[in-house]
Amino acid sequence: MAKANCPLPTSNLSEILDKYKQSPGSLLEILREAQAINGYLSREVLQLIAEELGIPESKVYGVATFYSLFKTTPTGQYIIRICESAPCHIRGAQDVLATIEKTLGIKPGETTPDGKFSLEFTSCLGLCGVAPAMMINDQVFGNLTGDRVREIINSF
Amino acid sequence: MEMVKVTVDGQTVEVPKGSTILAAAKKAGIKIPTLCHHEDLNVNAMCRICVVEVVGARTLQAACSQPVSDGMVIITNSPAVRQARKMNLELLLSNHPQDCLNCVRNQRCELQTLADQLGVQQQRFGTKTRPEYPKDDSAAALVRDPDKCILCRRCVEVCHDVQSVGAIAPANRGIKTQILPAGGVDLNNVACVQCGQCTLVCPVGALYEQDHTERVWAALADPEKHVVVQTAPAIRVSIGEEFGMEPGQVTTGQLVAALRRLGFDRVFDTDFTADLTIIEEGHELIDRLNNGGVLPMITSCSPGWIKFIEHFYPEYLDHLSTCKSPQQMFGALAKTYYAEKAGLDPKDIYVVSIMPCTAKKFECGRPEMSSTGYPDVDAVLTTRELGKMLRQAGIVFSELPEEQYDEPFGITTGAGVIFGASGGVMEAALRTVYEVVTNETLPSVDFTAVRGIEGIKEAEVDLKGTKVKVAVANGLGNARKLMDLIKEGKADYQFIEIMCCPGGCIGGGGQPIPTTNEIRKKRIEAIYEADADLPLRKSHENPAVKTLYEEFLDKPLGEKSHQLLHTHYTKRNKYPQKSVG
Repeated sequence: MAKANCPLPTSNLSEILDKYKQSPGSLLEILREAQAINGYLSREVLQLIAEELGIPESKVYGVATFYSLFKTTPTGQYIIRICESAPCHIRGAQDVLATIEKTLGIKPGETTPDGKFSLEFTSCLGLCGVAPAMMINDQVFGNLTGDRVREIINSF
Repeated sequence: MEMVKVTVDGQTVEVPKGSTILAAAKKAGIKIPTLCHHEDLNVNAMCRICVVEVVGARTLQAACSQPVSDGMVIITNSPAVRQARKMNLELLLSNHPQDCLNCVRNQRCELQTLADQLGVQQQRFGTKTRPEYPKDDSAAALVRDPDKCILCRRCVEVCHDVQSVGAIAPANRGIKTQILPAGGVDLNNVACVQCGQCTLVCPVGALYEQDHTERVWAALADPEKHVVVQTAPAIRVSIGEEFGMEPGQVTTGQLVAALRRLGFDRVFDTDFTADLTIIEEGHELIDRLNNGGVLPMITSCSPGWIKFIEHFYPEYLDHLSTCKSPQQMFGALAKTYYAEKAGLDPKDIYVVSIMPCTAKKFECGRPEMSSTGYPDVDAVLTTRELGKMLRQAGIVFSELPEEQYDEPFGITTGAGVIFGASGGVMEAALRTVYEVVTNETLPSVDFTAVRGIEGIKEAEVDLKGTKVKVAVANGLGNARKLMDLIKEGKADYQFIEIMCCPGGCIGGGGQPIPTTNEIRKKRIEAIYEADADLPLRKSHENPAVKTLYEEFLDKPLGEKSHQLLHTHYTKRNKYPQKSVG
């Protein structure tokens, strides 16, 4: 994934828009690919998409904020998502969270000052068999303990 | 039309196929309670207050969205239905501030009324778990109070589908869902035109106008101030509704009496400057037609429409008539011509407008609207705010005698009155332009082709050889259609009237709640009734307007007019916070 906070390469966004603007109902695809450019969807990007598709920015913003995997503010290079569903909770997700908070010095919704890690909750990852579980970007991790979590974080 | 038979609470009724359960019940004389449903908007089925039992169905059905089928048996009043409705309402209330006494919609709130109707007497589900949201009073005309919002989405529908503005939309998810301007910023930082149509459909106190009543009370109590009031054409056919009168009654005389009893020093009529607008705008049109000016010329009375074109079609601002709106012409003259005549210092004159409009509150604060160095108009009250002030003052509207407006700005014609309905400015202009251009008396003053609530109307007028093609649009969604035609070079009109709100000003965002299309039609009828009742029907026959030109303005489009009655417009961005698009 590209580094956060880098300036938007608009040429890439226009390529994405060119690819999709003829097919109605492709807002989600556009948002997904646009987010891949620099890790989040800025106001500027949302406005360009709205303008190109001819729909109000308020609607594009509504869609972008409805799905938890879309970000409207800059995030870290690696997003840690801790499962907050019941099985993980019972199997000790709170301890995993506490370890991460202590190791990185951030709370859910925050990003480390060096821009490397963001921390957030996710609903069920479907990994209840190996609860407690988390994801870091596209990678999943299960059977977590305090030690294992520290190890995983240090490996990034 | 194919009809189907259904049974509602034991009564058999016949309704067109595809009707909702709600409509079938209405036909059977049963009023199913609703909350998110609005008769002029598409069905949302968000709130589940209207649930009913359908025999054979597994679950309760939402009456507002479920179509009937032949032979359907519906039960609207069973213990299960009553319990479900009440619980759905209680759940909504559990996230609603229990703050009715301090709410702008106290006693006029659909949620509160339902709570009473469905027998809610205690807060079963504890206190609010939803996050608290601050009030957004950034906009000149409107206030958003998301804490009160029940997420029915009526405002969203009216803003997007009727007005094609799209300033607000649902954002976020679950318990954090809110109706928000894009980016979650304040309303003032997005392209909201402040038409206030959202305030008409909001069932609760989540969207309403900026209050000007306190400053008007203060001015009325200030012995140094000479407080004059002007009433827009549409107020005389709607203010009665604030006091429980049936829609569609003309109460001009009572309105004047009520304002005099509130303590205004002079009670004037915006119809006077509506007549004046016709003289100026009519001559502007003739000038553009004769001298190759920018056509089509588009009317400029409606401040929501002005803000709309400034945001969404800024490259077409030279199509707008340069005439200020009648409200602003009135203010400019009150602080110059009238001040001179009455021997008053303009700084001591306080001008209040009674308007069917929220955007007028924005308009009066535009920096270019202060020809004397003071704002031309100091305060704008909506019809609703006037109703509130009259109730505060204990004035019993229905029992007031009919009184006359003061001179000179109280002398008006029927042409001024019809400004209040869609097509009215067009008709008034045609009455004058025809006679000025042809030097002949109109055989009939009624241009009925431009009347009515239809979204876009067209007509062609023969000015003794010169054919003028005109169009009239009401509601910004229809305005957008006309603007796109102009953009594509497909509009062969010479003159276009655009009113921001559906039906024109009688359906304005500051009008009594409810304002529905049915009510709009009744107010329109009343407007034409008031027109027909007046001895003078054409603006150029207004004797007070003639005197104004003789004593002060000299001639239409003259130097003084230019200085006081005409204005310029501002290019705005569709995305006010960014430089995109």
